[in-house]
Amino acid sequence: MMNFPGWQVDIGLEIHAQLNTASKIFSGSATAFGATPNQQASFIDMGLPGVLPVANGAVFEKAVRFGLGIGAKINRVSKFDRKNYFYPDLPKGYQITQMDEPIVLGGQVTIETEAGEKIIRITRAHLEEDAGKSVHDAYDDATAIDLNRAGTPLLEIVSEPDMKSAADAVAYARKIHQLVTYLDVCDGNMAEGSLRFDANISVRRVNEETLGVRSEIKNLNSFRFLEQAIHFEIERQIQTLESGGSLIQDTRLFDPDRKETRQMRSKETSTDYRYFPEPDLLPVELSDAFIDQIQAGMPELPDEKSSRFQSEYHLTEADARLLANDLTLANYFEAVAQGVTDPKTAANWIKGDLIGKLNETETQISSTPVSPKQLVELIGLIEQDVISGKIAKDIFQALWSKEADSPRAYVEEKGLKQVSDAGALEPLIQTLIDANPKQANDLREGKDKLMGFFVGQVMKQTSGQANPQQVNRILRNLLGL
Amino acid sequence: MSIEFDSIQTLREALDGKAISATELTKHFLSRIDQLDPSLNSYITVEHERALSTAAAIDKKLLAGERAPLLGIPIAEKDIFCTEGVRTTAGSKMLAEYRPPFDSTATANLAAAGVIRLGKCNLDEFAMGSSNENSYFGAVKNPWNQERVPGGSSGGSAAAVAGGLCVAATGTDTGGSIRQPSAFCGLTGIKPTYGRVSRWGMIAFASSLDQAGPMARSAADAALLLEAMAGPDEKDSSCLTVPVDPYSTLIRQPLEGMRIGIVPSLLAEGLSESIAEAFEDCRKGLEKLGATFVEIELMHHHHSVGAYYVIAPAEASANLARYDGVRFGYRCEDPADLQDLYLRSRNEGFGDEVKRRILVGTFALSAGYYDAYYKQAQRVRRLIQGDFLQAFDQVDMILTPTTPTTAFSLGENTEDPVAMYLQDIYTISANLAGLPAISFPAGMSLGLPIGLQLVGPHLKEATLLSCVHQFQQVTDWHHQHPRDWA
Repeated sequence: MMNFPGWQVDIGLEIHAQLNTASKIFSGSATAFGATPNQQASFIDMGLPGVLPVANGAVFEKAVRFGLGIGAKINRVSKFDRKNYFYPDLPKGYQITQMDEPIVLGGQVTIETEAGEKIIRITRAHLEEDAGKSVHDAYDDATAIDLNRAGTPLLEIVSEPDMKSAADAVAYARKIHQLVTYLDVCDGNMAEGSLRFDANISVRRVNEETLGVRSEIKNLNSFRFLEQAIHFEIERQIQTLESGGSLIQDTRLFDPDRKETRQMRSKETSTDYRYFPEPDLLPVELSDAFIDQIQAGMPELPDEKSSRFQSEYHLTEADARLLANDLTLANYFEAVAQGVTDPKTAANWIKGDLIGKLNETETQISSTPVSPKQLVELIGLIEQDVISGKIAKDIFQALWSKEADSPRAYVEEKGLKQVSDAGALEPLIQTLIDANPKQANDLREGKDKLMGFFVGQVMKQTSGQANPQQVNRILRNLLGL
Repeated sequence: MSIEFDSIQTLREALDGKAISATELTKHFLSRIDQLDPSLNSYITVEHERALSTAAAIDKKLLAGERAPLLGIPIAEKDIFCTEGVRTTAGSKMLAEYRPPFDSTATANLAAAGVIRLGKCNLDEFAMGSSNENSYFGAVKNPWNQERVPGGSSGGSAAAVAGGLCVAATGTDTGGSIRQPSAFCGLTGIKPTYGRVSRWGMIAFASSLDQAGPMARSAADAALLLEAMAGPDEKDSSCLTVPVDPYSTLIRQPLEGMRIGIVPSLLAEGLSESIAEAFEDCRKGLEKLGATFVEIELMHHHHSVGAYYVIAPAEASANLARYDGVRFGYRCEDPADLQDLYLRSRNEGFGDEVKRRILVGTFALSAGYYDAYYKQAQRVRRLIQGDFLQAFDQVDMILTPTTPTTAFSLGENTEDPVAMYLQDIYTISANLAGLPAISFPAGMSLGLPIGLQLVGPHLKEATLLSCVHQFQQVTDWHHQHPRDWA
């Protein structure tokens, strides 16, 4: 953790989220990741002579949903602008974006920091098209251009410089990631470039009111790189100023191998984008009915859901937060919780066994081999005293590996029913007591640890199927405890 | 009259009545093109094989009894409309070998209507010009007098129609590029309401101003073509969704009760005497047909050229940014690096006028200048449109000259871009306001045609076509054509 006494840091993030619509923002091309280069680039995406953009209606709904999710103002009239610059992966020589009338204005999110909760304000969010990709390592002596990504819809989310540390920035980035996946606006797959960060960082002395000269670090695509880049940058800026040097406003790239930032261009040579309204697209008017409909269909947000899990299912705050963090997981939990007697049991199973197995095998919750229905049935067998908790764990493994399909049927098939019948257990336990008089005596005298010895022996002899509560009860009874 | 100057109606009857086949008709035009176009240079690409195979297919249809207004009519298209698999150059070295992988909507619509495309016509490069002297493929000559320009930017289309090298042609009009060459060549050319014809596949010059339209020998012919070209298209967001009026059935409206506006300030100066005279004669003619004339003002009209030459180049500077030597089109040899690739490909691929306008447009949008130039020009544009909308409360259309002079000489204005720009002084305002406007032949002076213009309210193409059609029932100017120019 970095510490520079006398200095404070101001960080703002621009987050580019690829919207998970089926087709691109201004053409009908598919947006799926990983296709052969230039197989998902239509005439429009390639910017051929004579083509025209047509707005994909689905993007507005996603942008509005995000805006409502952060409590922002939705601009009823949305227009597009051209941002002009030359680069090989920008086929038209301009990007269609929203400059002065973004679809979403204002809003905020709350992040958890070491110092408690913090509000990060959002300035705006706007729609724009993604550029293609420049691939530098496909050929020895040339850069290859893949236009599959050109035209993918982006929501650019711009924050105020409210973050004061790398930790703040990462917490904010994670929060936005959670929000956009929760709202089904972006798939959040950072390895595939679905979410990318530009960080604006500046430093100033503690009693200085105006913000310092900032650098923009572009195209960070993981939380780890975000953190590393910010750390490096803060150190670089403070060291420069402390040694009497000065900073210029510039744009930088992060080198993840060297863990340092390098200047891309400075303000003196920064690009004038010559924005003007896009003449090929009409302004889009969003009706109140449209907005209301989206509002009505808004999913419960993570914080709300976490609160509800605590009040409705009596989970602890920690458990509620964990389960509410991911929408698929939360839905899984609720499906199970509603099918069993004690939701806390559902929480424990999911928290422990399910998530444990998911992490171990690097599986996503959406691909879990154990369905809520199966888990409900399994927990039900425990609640009905048909099996013990321990046996249940074995059955869970069997469900995961697909060796078992129905827990109930598996129990029948393998004869795993818990032995709870006192008539069967009493003689067994009595035999053990008689065979172990010393331990029995020590137990009578208060050495409670020996309970475990006897219970363990019973389990061994019953292949783990003895009902532990029954064993305990009978043991105490027969020992006169 | 020899068939190359026949009206569509006459040719229709001949084709339907089997007096001539589509193949014979096509061969006739192709042979004329081969023989006579070298002295006009109106075509960039002549599609002999394709035209004949289309004609053969159409002859089968005609024999089977199929009937349609444009079935088998040979036309030409301005080489700014993308034609699938067929070279589309925009008159530029930048696209000299470019073959589009799709048809423009206008092209597809005309093909569906059964026309036979003879080839692609010459034009000022990227539609920027008023004389067709800015083409990479050489200047076009006016068939009325080959030392004169045919006008521009649709100069090739105009010369081809006027010279009897096709029955009609398509053009595009951003500041007058259909109307001005129509006037110089004695044709009837209409720029419809902005958004009436889809811009899909029409290589863009200035997106908020470009419109496609027909250039023909009469209002009746123009109506048939416009009917086929126009219509809703979901591939163009600026294309109007209202259905197309059946123009060809609406051209017989009598002029009784029509109020036509005249703008005295437009007739005050800079107009050649012969055109002023033709204007008066036309006015009398229209009055005889029942129209009444009302004097009106268009207060901000004199700002049209200034506003246009900020807005159009600005939009063009962005529209032409895609021509960078990377994905298609001209690329310089052995580029040293990316900068070099861009600079040399564009420097070598574009002609002077295009470069001039890109520079002007880039400047007008640049930081510190946007408000004073681009934004201000758009505000003035709104005022100019407002003048027209107000005027149309009092009148049904407005009569103006199309051009200040008849066709000027080749080389006369090439050294003075501003003098060239002022050629568009009467036509530009209709583009700025998105209004339909038509130019029609109304006189001759020293062997050169005189054209006059009618501007109408949005979506009143039928009114304009009808008025010109009535005028053409009692005048002969549109029947005249250059003779012995070969």
